[in-house]
Amino acid sequence: MKKNLQIIQPKLSLLALPLALIFIAYFIVPLALTVMVSFWDYTEYSIVPDFILGNYLYIFEGCFSFQNGLCLTFKTYISTFFFCFFTWAITLFLGFCVAYFLAFYVNSTSLQITLFLICTIPFWTSNVIRMVSWIPLLGRNGLVNDFLLSIGVIQEPIEWLLYSSFSVILALVHLYTLFMIVPIFNSMLRIDKGVLEAAYDLGASQFQVITNIIIPLCKPGIIIGSIFVITVVMGDFLTIGIMGGQQLASVGKIINTEMNYLQLPGAAANSVILLFITIFVIIVMTKFIDIRKEL
Amino acid sequence: MHKTNSIGFFVFLTIFIGFVIFLYGPIISIILLSFQGPTGGLTFPLNGFSLHWFRELWQGSGLVDISASFKRSIQLGIFVMILTVLISVSAGLAFRKKFFGSDLLFYTSIASLIVPSIVLSLGIALEFRLIDNLIILIGEGLGIQSIIDNFQTSLGMYTSGFGAQLTWTLPFGLLIMFAIFNRFDKSLEEAARDLGATSFQTFWYVVLPIIAPSIVGIALFGFTLSYDELARSSQVMGATNTLPLDLRGLTTTVTTPIIYALGTVTTGVSFLVIGISISFVYLLGWKRNNQEKSKI
Repeated sequence: MKKNLQIIQPKLSLLALPLALIFIAYFIVPLALTVMVSFWDYTEYSIVPDFILGNYLYIFEGCFSFQNGLCLTFKTYISTFFFCFFTWAITLFLGFCVAYFLAFYVNSTSLQITLFLICTIPFWTSNVIRMVSWIPLLGRNGLVNDFLLSIGVIQEPIEWLLYSSFSVILALVHLYTLFMIVPIFNSMLRIDKGVLEAAYDLGASQFQVITNIIIPLCKPGIIIGSIFVITVVMGDFLTIGIMGGQQLASVGKIINTEMNYLQLPGAAANSVILLFITIFVIIVMTKFIDIRKEL
Repeated sequence: MHKTNSIGFFVFLTIFIGFVIFLYGPIISIILLSFQGPTGGLTFPLNGFSLHWFRELWQGSGLVDISASFKRSIQLGIFVMILTVLISVSAGLAFRKKFFGSDLLFYTSIASLIVPSIVLSLGIALEFRLIDNLIILIGEGLGIQSIIDNFQTSLGMYTSGFGAQLTWTLPFGLLIMFAIFNRFDKSLEEAARDLGATSFQTFWYVVLPIIAPSIVGIALFGFTLSYDELARSSQVMGATNTLPLDLRGLTTTVTTPIIYALGTVTTGVSFLVIGISISFVYLLGWKRNNQEKSKI
């Protein structure tokens, strides 16, 4: 038997080779090239191998003088962080409540799976359609405005329901709350129910149980969910573009615009900065957990 | 454990129901609006009932050729689904034992999941543009006429496009494999080996039937995430457009319910695939239960 196993060993690791090759070709090399090209020069129609800091200097032009207020880059990052923060806070609250309901109030496993699937199914449908589907509700003549007008709360249709920061955050929450639900729900399922019963028996209120037992034990799930939501919003350009009516700024949109004008080294420099900020955020958050243990 | 008549239950039940309405309300509204009559607009109330907008969609009616990009997206989705299943299942098997670089590979796939999509899309586009430059350089250097005359770009659905989508689907596939193997009872395999099964037989007759429902899950992720993928695909599809790319273009130009009709159709395809997958998983579970019962 020993002998048999030894023959299998070296073959087994080869099974991971296709995965490694795909990541090398479509993840590692592209990111390395992005860093490289961020130091290149460019003309109107081509990119020129070089080693210049111009692309970076251009991004931070006027950023450290503060004479004319904030520079474009800082404004863009502040706008991006604004969307990150609100989306994160709302998805965390909603995701936690939904996961809590599923984990602790639904006792039958099959009902739990069914309700969980109901939350998951939209994730497998088109993001663009899920954004477009807000138009009949939030538009100037949409359902929300109609309703508010008919009950007399407002006299004029509200204009900021669609193509605004509000609709961007609403759509982001709509798209990405699932990223919070799944890891938090996963953490909650691992909590020993006996611990909760003990707490209740000793007279703890539900609120105390949530804040003193469940939240600390769900910390890994909360952090994983937060990483997903924050990183996806940091690089977002589609939701902020479509739901913001192409009027709002984000780092992802700058990169996208520069690419459309074939200013590839500029886009690369912006990408490198975005990548470093994202990595920094992740490192800070993963200080607390080991992702691999949570699966 | 929690008393179901408590106030807390109603609070969380309300939040849950509210969330489900929030999830499905918008999509239901556009499905309703897509069945309007020819005078229908982008908002309620419904103006009549007909299949007018689906007919318009089918005939193209001056829009981009939706049916072609629809077909392309489905083909690419199937291709990415097959690759996702094969690559993640085989890697999942490898990851059961520690091997050289296994930690690095694991963290790379997590990184691939959370890297900003636009950054990766740019990187892959750059990679293939540089390959283009190289090809043109070689073509001119060696005087290869066909390259000089005809070569445009190496960017395309099956060169750069599918790879960009795999960086998104593979991490999900791998995570599903991790989840199933972390709960896998290894004594079953040991029993098979003790009874003289070869490693292939052990995989085929013991491991595969147990992980089959998860493989269906991976296939579901592989297809639907590819079929709807936009952020990573945005820069790397070359001359052709997939359905989500066309859809994004339509959001800024189309002002008729035709876009809702398209939304209904593509959501219908997604639901169909999800439905097939879920019934498949149930069927597998039901079959296994029956087999166990018949053995007793």
